[in-house]
Amino acid sequence: MSVRNKNSISELRVKSKTENLSRIRDFVSLNAHEAGIPDAVVENIMLAVDEACTNIIKHAYNLSPEGEIIIKIDYDEEKFIVTIIDYGKSFEPDRVPLPDLQKYYREHRVGGLGMYLMKSLMDDVEYISIPGKYNQVLLSKNIRSG
Amino acid sequence: MAEFSTSIKEMGEISVINLKGFLDAHTAPALENNFTQLINDKKYKIVVNFQDLAYISSAGLGVFMAYIENIRDNKGDIKLTNMSDKVFNIFDLLGFPLLYEIYKNEDEALKKFSGS
Repeated sequence: MSVRNKNSISELRVKSKTENLSRIRDFVSLNAHEAGIPDAVVENIMLAVDEACTNIIKHAYNLSPEGEIIIKIDYDEEKFIVTIIDYGKSFEPDRVPLPDLQKYYREHRVGGLGMYLMKSLMDDVEYISIPGKYNQVLLSKNIRSG
Repeated sequence: MAEFSTSIKEMGEISVINLKGFLDAHTAPALENNFTQLINDKKYKIVVNFQDLAYISSAGLGVFMAYIENIRDNKGDIKLTNMSDKVFNIFDLLGFPLLYEIYKNEDEALKKFSGS
């Protein structure tokens, strides 16, 4: 992870409520625009972060509104990196298969779509889970390539 | 907090749901309520107009998947119209155009219902 300068990291802490998703998107949008990222790419990053936080609210905290979500943003000339930390149930991304939409449609399953979107919209998605301590998702977008 | 609202207009036996604002995990239940109500009223021919929708996440897309089977089993359909390129791209990325009819404008969707 490239750290530009310790003071340049922006951080947002919110409770695990879906009503905070718009605040999270605004925070990401503001920082991404500051980084000079084009609108269309900002939208994609915002959506990827929304999906990650929605998964945390629904699955890590099982819709309990008292969990904490920390969103950190760091960028340099090459990369825009969003790190999202929660203290909920750990997550095993390898157990989430890529969605087969026809199958989802038949089975009324919609959960894996967010994960697929995150991977499609970002250049890199990494999970670190320390069971009983914390989970971290790192979403990275290359800036130069747009 | 994200603003989201819906309005429904009846066009003969077809119901048109207009979406406005931001459709995410927080606001999706409002749209679910619309579908539940329409199904309770046995109104299975539904057009969803995305003209004023600024944003959609997978929680919003999931709403369409949750009801489509029931609606088609009752000889109805959900047809989608007036999407911005941005919103269409998300639907496209997830393969929705294979499962849903998506039209440029509301009239086209309405005609498809009357023709069938």
